[in-house]
Amino acid sequence: MSRVSAWFVRTSLCHLACGFAIGALMLANKGLLFAAWPWSLRGAHIEMLLMGWMVQMVMGVAIWIFPRFGMRQTSPDGAVTAWLAFGLLNSGVVLVCLGGPGPGVAAGRLLEIGAAACFAVHLWRRVSPAGIAPL
Amino acid sequence: MIYFVAALSVGAVQAILQVPFLGPTYVHMLVVGWITQMIFGVAYWMFPKYSPETPRGNNTIAIATFVLLNTGLLVRVLAEPARAWRPDAVPGWPLAVAGVAQALAGVGFAINTWPRVKIR
Repeated sequence: MSRVSAWFVRTSLCHLACGFAIGALMLANKGLLFAAWPWSLRGAHIEMLLMGWMVQMVMGVAIWIFPRFGMRQTSPDGAVTAWLAFGLLNSGVVLVCLGGPGPGVAAGRLLEIGAAACFAVHLWRRVSPAGIAPL
Repeated sequence: MIYFVAALSVGAVQAILQVPFLGPTYVHMLVVGWITQMIFGVAYWMFPKYSPETPRGNNTIAIATFVLLNTGLLVRVLAEPARAWRPDAVPGWPLAVAGVAQALAGVGFAINTWPRVKIR
């Protein structure tokens, strides 16, 4: 797979391990009630697993596996939008995790919107019915 | 796919009977049992080969991941609503065991998949 796909997938694996570890802590606390603070990690748990793990894994695999229609794997325009999506998505996830209620979360969400837009721009020309040249 | 059908069934029961403590059970059956497990299975199947001898990496870790994820989730699915319904009758430690089992499954999947993510 391309370098940017590998970074997407490996970063998603890191989010998976961290997100599951936080979930384990919260679930253990739900059963054993050893502290009040684990519940405050709920937002980070959801963000890491939904955006950091699942969405990021889907993006990485899509960039790897969708047809290229003659685009070189390292074509500059394709690589730039994919790398931008990677940077914006992970900055957004970190901001949302650390932000707490308020402007941090809003800023993180804006970065994630930027990531989604860059991803869409990157992948748009690689989505085409079989036998029909891409737009 | 079993979790997919089961999760939607639990969601329907929750909506019909109005039992809020089934909410986390429904969400985790759907997101862990169906979506995450589907990603695990498809990645295990189609990611680049680890080596010609062991194309899918360490098989023992893969089986342990499957067992830990499903055991952990099943314990959670049974213990969490039961404890919410009868807190005095159901102990809390099964939830801790379920959490640790699922976390180990996540780490196991990451360890086994990491070397198969190859830059070409």
